[in-house]
Amino acid sequence: MIKSDILIIGAGPTGLFTVFEAGLLKLKCHLIDALPQPGGQCSEIYPKKPIYDIPAYPEILAGDLTDRLMEQIAPFSPGFTLGERAETLEKQEDGSFVVTTDQGTRHSAPVVAIAGGLGSFEPRKPPIDNLAQYEGKGVAYFIKNPEQYRDKHVVIAGGGDSALDWSIFLSDVAASVTLVHRRNEFRGALDSVEKAQELKNQGKIRLITPGEVIGLIGEESLSALQIQVDQEVQTLECQAFIPLFGLAPKLGPIAEWGLEIEKNAIKVDNALDYQTNIPGVYAIGDVNTYPGKLKLILCGFHEATLMCQSAYKRIYPDRRYVMKYTTVGGVEGFDGTKKEAPKAVIKSIE
Amino acid sequence: MAQVITLFITDRDGQTHEITAPTDMNMNLMEVVRAYDLAPEGTIGVCGGMAMCASCQSYITSDHPLPEQNDYERAMLAEAFYVKENSRLGCQVFITPDLEGLRVTLAPES
Repeated sequence: MIKSDILIIGAGPTGLFTVFEAGLLKLKCHLIDALPQPGGQCSEIYPKKPIYDIPAYPEILAGDLTDRLMEQIAPFSPGFTLGERAETLEKQEDGSFVVTTDQGTRHSAPVVAIAGGLGSFEPRKPPIDNLAQYEGKGVAYFIKNPEQYRDKHVVIAGGGDSALDWSIFLSDVAASVTLVHRRNEFRGALDSVEKAQELKNQGKIRLITPGEVIGLIGEESLSALQIQVDQEVQTLECQAFIPLFGLAPKLGPIAEWGLEIEKNAIKVDNALDYQTNIPGVYAIGDVNTYPGKLKLILCGFHEATLMCQSAYKRIYPDRRYVMKYTTVGGVEGFDGTKKEAPKAVIKSIE
Repeated sequence: MAQVITLFITDRDGQTHEITAPTDMNMNLMEVVRAYDLAPEGTIGVCGGMAMCASCQSYITSDHPLPEQNDYERAMLAEAFYVKENSRLGCQVFITPDLEGLRVTLAPES
């Protein structure tokens, strides 16, 4: 069981900044995120895109914002459970919560802060009638263990980085790799496109463009695909089909936790502390809704700050505390580091 | 006073809405749809309008002259589902006076 004072679901900018505000109150945080890296949408969707409305940063790349936040919260030694999706929330007799991930990792905390953005990122699945029937029987949307494709005939569909990069990687592992895309142009890093071109020229990757997988064939497991090429349908024998069309966020299991949901977001009390209808469970950032809500990173930062003050009062109901400015109090990390403003020199002039 | 144009947008349930949109706010079609709540939040404009998710795919059903697709829109549409000849990404279609009377149908959620 992983224990913390505030369990944060979602390691996007709002979740990360929560660690800082909680740390100032000596509250320890742990974060869960379905993605394998922190940053949420900033790192998954647009790391190289600029953001222009972060106060005091006229321009900052989303990936750099994530790096800066990680640097800012490092003194507070947050824990991370990455690549796992928060699946269930259970209230305990003592009022605390246990959150279990899809891989069975259990976390316990008196306060849960849901900073899940638009939800956890799930693979976008092409609308092919019998696709679901072959999931785990030849069809996969993630590649966890490339070795399972050794000496198999593999078909990858998609036109972005992951389709290119996995085609390149598997060309050394699989018996054959066929990349199917509706256009002959690919959206990826230049060196990936060039490498794929080179492998195609060497006959190590077969390219079917423009092409579209429209059907799956197989008794127990996948044995062939139907691919629309121009006006005709070709049948291609294969044992694995990996559609890589990127990820899309879905609210997912959070929607089943008994929280009040409106417009695909969690309703909170914005007049007070961003608490949900379950006392002790807060929702901050893009995942929440209230009258006048704006889905902006800077609003998420504000919500995180107020939420932490409320969490402190919930965890220590008998203590009185007033917020202290960091310029006055400095930043005292859990790792033993301390940052503080230099003191003015007071010295007499003789 | 900047011009306001009228648009006809058919939502994912097949209902057509006659709405107006200003032409001086640099708004795009996806934002207009969101402004009128014509698709549930979280199902449209997921990437915020960067041509990176295709959740705002729309079928243009009138014959208005639209600006050409840029590389990013073309690439994203090539990875989108339910694509037709008249598919566009709503986030890349900006509201200008010459779109007066534009007719649009939202593509299914994917």
